[in-house]
Amino acid sequence: MAQISEIAGSGSGRELELYFGPQHLGMVGNFSITLKVEGDRVLKATANPGYLHRGFEKLMEYRTWIQNFPMVCRINVVEPDSMEMVYAMAVEKLAGIEVPERAQYIRSICLELARVSSHLFGLWAYSNMLGFDTPAQWAMYHRDLVLDLFEELTGGRVYHIYLWPGGVRRDFPKGFRDRIVHTLHSIGGWVPDYDATFFNNRLFYERARGVGQLSQEQAKALGATGPVLRATGMKFDIRKVEPYAAYDKVDWEVPTRQEGDAYSRIWVVRDELIESVHMVFKLLDAMPDGEVYNRIPNPFKWRIPPGEAYVRCESSRGELGLYLVSNGGDKPYRVHFRTPSYPHGLTILEKALEGASIADVGNTMISLYVVAPEIDR
Amino acid sequence: MGKASILSPLKAIRFLFQKPLTLRYPFEKKEPAPRYRGFHLNDWDRCTGCGNCADICPNEAITMIEVPAIEPEPGNKNERPQLDYGRCCFCGLCVDICPPGSLRLSRDYFHIHFDTDTFVFVPKDEKKDEATFLPAEEYSILKASLTHRKRDYEGFSPDLDFALFEPQRVPMPQVSAQERKQSFVEMVRGYSAEQARSEASRCLECGLCEEACPANLRISDYVKAISEDDSEEALRIILEDNPLPAICGRICMKHCEDACSLGLRGEPVAIRWLKRYAADTVESYRETLRAELPAETGKKVAVIGAGAGGLAVAYFLRLKGHGVTVFESQPAGGGMLRMGPPRYRLPDDAVKDDVDYIASFGVQFRFNTAVGKNVQFDELRERYDAVFMAVGTHRSYTARIENEDRALMALDFLNAARVGPAPDVGRHVIVIGGGNVAMDVARTCLRLQQMQYPGQESVTRAVCLESWEEMPASQEEIEEAKEEGIQFNPAWGPKGILLEQGEVSGLECKAVKSVFDEQGRFSPTFYEDRTMVLEGDMVIEAIGQGYDLSFIPDHLMESLAFTERRKVKVNEDGMTSVPGVFAGGDIVNLNMDAVTAIADAKKAAEGIHKMLSEH
Repeated sequence: MAQISEIAGSGSGRELELYFGPQHLGMVGNFSITLKVEGDRVLKATANPGYLHRGFEKLMEYRTWIQNFPMVCRINVVEPDSMEMVYAMAVEKLAGIEVPERAQYIRSICLELARVSSHLFGLWAYSNMLGFDTPAQWAMYHRDLVLDLFEELTGGRVYHIYLWPGGVRRDFPKGFRDRIVHTLHSIGGWVPDYDATFFNNRLFYERARGVGQLSQEQAKALGATGPVLRATGMKFDIRKVEPYAAYDKVDWEVPTRQEGDAYSRIWVVRDELIESVHMVFKLLDAMPDGEVYNRIPNPFKWRIPPGEAYVRCESSRGELGLYLVSNGGDKPYRVHFRTPSYPHGLTILEKALEGASIADVGNTMISLYVVAPEIDR
Repeated sequence: MGKASILSPLKAIRFLFQKPLTLRYPFEKKEPAPRYRGFHLNDWDRCTGCGNCADICPNEAITMIEVPAIEPEPGNKNERPQLDYGRCCFCGLCVDICPPGSLRLSRDYFHIHFDTDTFVFVPKDEKKDEATFLPAEEYSILKASLTHRKRDYEGFSPDLDFALFEPQRVPMPQVSAQERKQSFVEMVRGYSAEQARSEASRCLECGLCEEACPANLRISDYVKAISEDDSEEALRIILEDNPLPAICGRICMKHCEDACSLGLRGEPVAIRWLKRYAADTVESYRETLRAELPAETGKKVAVIGAGAGGLAVAYFLRLKGHGVTVFESQPAGGGMLRMGPPRYRLPDDAVKDDVDYIASFGVQFRFNTAVGKNVQFDELRERYDAVFMAVGTHRSYTARIENEDRALMALDFLNAARVGPAPDVGRHVIVIGGGNVAMDVARTCLRLQQMQYPGQESVTRAVCLESWEEMPASQEEIEEAKEEGIQFNPAWGPKGILLEQGEVSGLECKAVKSVFDEQGRFSPTFYEDRTMVLEGDMVIEAIGQGYDLSFIPDHLMESLAFTERRKVKVNEDGMTSVPGVFAGGDIVNLNMDAVTAIADAKKAAEGIHKMLSEH
């Protein structure tokens, strides 16, 4: 738990500096916040990342274009697919590779399934942190059902290494469509139970309302995206603004809330989860037959013409961008990820914690949907 | 939001009375998906040891280790992948790059051990390792490990449609059978720059080809240079080991392509056509490459025969500064290459380009000079510091049948068709033989018939002892001959040439019982009573060639050693049992092709250089 590290000698003598994490139950991972508190009020919070620096961006400069695929997915453990997607899109843009239409649909379906699994994971993290163990266990179980689908499609439960340049790595196995429908229906059937135990639970309402509240102006100024931004009433989603894969082929809604607090953010996550399930059904219905992969050049001789590309997609946490530079070689010259957790976990978190109660620090942090590996990449 | 109630969670109480969702492992188990990416399986019989898996592995988890139990052969190294499961991330790139498709992932994923060395593992599969891969009744999850696994438990497997290599070759533009049989136009048109680049970029650089090539050309490197649009660099690399790129780029027996790992599930890289592309693209080899000669050593070497072996040895020796004189009975260089392969396979210009290149280094040629006739062998031994003989095999074998004197000999016919005025052919020609020379004869004959009997009915038949499967000619030649309209009569042996009023009227054949004996040696047997008659007005025999060493004086012939297969025996320096006399080419090796002659020449040039440097 928080430790008393220093009793400030100045002023009233009532200010304390507390270290929150990296080993703390309310922490999202290997991440820490230094809190200056007076009583149980936070005066100032300083985010302290770097416990997990894995140097992915640098490592990628030493691996060939294709060898980077097993690595990019590891930047976000919870939702690896959007990482694969931006890398594939950037490589395709630089190398001028076309993607077959069916593969675009499969990509969208994968990304939405990944959103479902990521939101379920987020729901587990949030409800578990607040002490709602029952819905947390359900969310974990339902996430596993989605991972079963990924296992069947890609051969891996967590790291899929499935979306790659030219399309996807394998077509749907036989009968897979039906199993997606079945799994999503059974998860959907639990929504009333989730609502009853968690979303419509008075305790959740009391615990989350007004916590880490941001105005829309603040959110925009600080670089918030994804559910954090949409919870302030801003209808902004890269899938609509700059459609990629097959997101412009089907109708779907961008869920929003107005209050900008933890409560609204978690409700946006709930609504998105349901919207994603509906979207997958629509994508499955509209999906054409045909090829799913345009063969990429021989990986041992693959050089990509010099150039730079910035691509972005809407991960479950917000805008995920990738700036990729090629100098004409067989490896990237520079890779830089714009990850949503970066502003959420650093600047926004510090802002949102000003004046918060110590008991709400973890609450705020998890509601901002931070994944530490995205910050230390 | 107004609905939020403190009582609503009570709804979940009913789950207390329901079956739990979690599995009670290990009593309740869940099977991994059919595509699961678990531990590796490797089919050792299909694996070629090419090492592409090790090259693509992003974590360097795969090391190729030598397996002494495997006998290395062209296209199969005695190496197999070893996995370090402390490094493997189960991405499956190794599966998607594996050209033979031998490497797969299984659905096993358990390995618990106190010794980290056990995580380093050489994967096999149930075919080679019955002790590890157990049937369901012997398998226990409690003992599961890398060496206790399930049989037939394949997971993520190779799929050619999603492979990381291109299995299909860039098609070679060719003249159609209908068009090409009208003339001696070269049937293979050659790749364009774009086609060559695209074909070259298929190469995975595993180097199996380089070990299979008799002359050990640096194939991966020159193919890579072509893929980078640098045919000059490619040619420079080729010329290090092979001074006949335009010739070998057309008629090489391409042992490299037979070994290419891409050929196992797709088509091998068109290495031969790429060599031809490099040779044809560079205008003048010598000027473009600006090759320099070293200082003269003052040593002199006599070379007998200006074929592939003789030309190559002259080139390699000149590059070491030795003086070389080539003695050739024919009026021009090229040897068998000039007389044998028809122009539709090897145009004159290609031969000329390569011979001119070698001549440009100051090699002295004595054409129309037959050793043993115009100049004596002993004289050469006296006047020169070393002698290299590569006289080839141009004495045609005969089948010893009735009225054999009425048959034409393959090499005489080909030489006449190629060099001299085209010989007259009959309208119904019978070619005896099923090898590549027989194909050359038959297809040449067909072209001459088209030219000499335009618009009239004519036919060329081939008859050979071997069945379709046994025929020694390359599959490519057989297919092309069929396309052009050669009529084949496999598994028939010649019995005698039939005459009618002193003119050839046909060939009597007898059915073949078997071609080879139990030891696999050539020893044909026949059904003497089952015969047929092929009608024809001309018979050409193309059943093989032997050498003629009559130019060697008797006192040397006595000390010249031969191998069991009646080839001239040479040591590792290419020297025969007669000191100072080296040999190479068809009289030495069993392949009897240009590239092996070049390989012999390379070896002999090193040997001669060594000998000359010592004295």
